[in-house]
Amino acid sequence: MHFDLSVVIDSLPYLLQGSAATAVIVCCAMAIGLVIGVVMAVGMVYGPRPVALLLSSYVWFFRGFPVLVLLFLFYFGLFTFLGLNVSALTAVTLVLGMTTGAYQANIFKGAMLSMPKGQYKAARALGMTQTQAIYCIILPQILRMSIPAWSNEYSIILKDSALAFVIGAPEIMARTQFVASRTYQHLPLYITAGLIYFVLTWAGVLLLEKLYRKVRIPGYSQDGFGQ
Amino acid sequence: MSNALSILRISNLKKSYGKNTILHGATLSLHQGEIIVLIGPSGGGKSTLLQCINCLAMPEEGEIFLHDNRVDLQSAGELNELRQKVGMIFQDFNLFDHLTAVDNITVALRKVKKMSKKDALCRARRELDQVGLSDKASLYPAQLSGGQKQRVAIARALAMDPEVLLLDEPTSALDPELVGEVISVIKQLAGNGMTMIMATHQMSLISTLADRILFMENGSIVEQGTPQELLSSDMVSKTRGFCERLNEISPEDL
Ligand SMILES: Nc1ncnc2c1ncn2[C@@H]1O[C@H](COP(=O)(O)OP(=O)(O)OP(=O)(O)O)[C@@H](O)[C@H]1O
Ligand SMILES: [Mg+2]
Repeated sequence: MHFDLSVVIDSLPYLLQGSAATAVIVCCAMAIGLVIGVVMAVGMVYGPRPVALLLSSYVWFFRGFPVLVLLFLFYFGLFTFLGLNVSALTAVTLVLGMTTGAYQANIFKGAMLSMPKGQYKAARALGMTQTQAIYCIILPQILRMSIPAWSNEYSIILKDSALAFVIGAPEIMARTQFVASRTYQHLPLYITAGLIYFVLTWAGVLLLEKLYRKVRIPGYSQDGFGQ
Repeated sequence: MSNALSILRISNLKKSYGKNTILHGATLSLHQGEIIVLIGPSGGGKSTLLQCINCLAMPEEGEIFLHDNRVDLQSAGELNELRQKVGMIFQDFNLFDHLTAVDNITVALRKVKKMSKKDALCRARRELDQVGLSDKASLYPAQLSGGQKQRVAIARALAMDPEVLLLDEPTSALDPELVGEVISVIKQLAGNGMTMIMATHQMSLISTLADRILFMENGSIVEQGTPQELLSSDMVSKTRGFCERLNEISPEDL
């Protein structure tokens, strides 16, 4: 067995197209998760009890099931059962989005509960509605606070997205496996795939760290990224 | 007492948390320009009473009248209206941490009063000017001293044009050297005829501003009267005993 780096070089454009697919999956999933997470956190903290309970059970469901099980459950199970013609790429994005939504809901909920009640009271005392107080006072602060935890979630979802290969979404892992099975250059190819994930992880984390510093509230020492 | 002149009247407000009744039916009527001081031991229910008056803590029983109009406590709209007319100052300021001093004021003007950005900014600047903080407009709460934070909080409440101001121990979270600047702003408000209900243990505020003192203990108003009545030396009152003890702690305030 010999290393044939030319295989890596030749297949690089093909693999990089795969990373574009991975990037799209992860960005869309994180965005879907953000919306689900914010809405659910608000519902869990400020909503009436039945709503809060319903939302908590959603969180329990997505936290309790392995991502791979969820992927099969939705792609081969639910979507087929409902007669929906959903592509593998869309299915992965939706499942990862719903999963990270549950985790993000917990992140935002924790941030909301950690905020002292005083500012909410002050907002209501000025005549703001509950919605205005949440939207104008609570969310801007807890979203800032949550960036470090969110960036953690990003790095997890990015790597979970590799599971997409099992249903054949054309992302990094699937393409690497495809080339490797044809050329038998497993070692250099998987090192390359790993490095692509590594670069995507750190690019995202550094970008979020930059955002965190950019939006930090002057005068506060926020050291969520450990400095 | 003629209710016709009352600007705010509460009747038999009751509040409990779980099985503990914290407020045993408070009744109180407030006239235009009147200043009522609430005193009493810690845990007596002063904060609870103040928060029930603007329904930040929802009373289980009782009625609230603004200009003799009964406020429907079930209607979110009427409550938001009540809260606009009854401003509140908190012990620990409760400024919005992510907004500059000036934006702390504009946010409610824009969202609640639906003012334009320009008008809100103009109004906010004027209010900051009133409390002597025009030069701090663009600083964030974390960059202000305690006294400055409380003055911004007062400016924020005043910008809503409240008819009554509720103050919950406005100076007790402050370092001693910063108390004076907040006291002078409150005195200035009193001089402008603002109607106020204030919980405070600051003797200089009690003795110079109070039209009426309410002494609260275990969730009830147990004594009330003018400072002359309650503090005169030939009177045996809980209020006088309490104030004498306050004086022992900080005699320089008298
Ligand atoms: N949210 C709450 N839940 C349960 N109990 C409460 C709550 N808020 C206040 N209490 C209780 O109500 C009682 C009255 O509290 P309150 O804060 O009104 O007293 P206070 O007169 O303002 O005291 P202080 O001078 O210490 O501020 C206390 O025994 C307190 O434990
Ligand atoms: Mg209190």
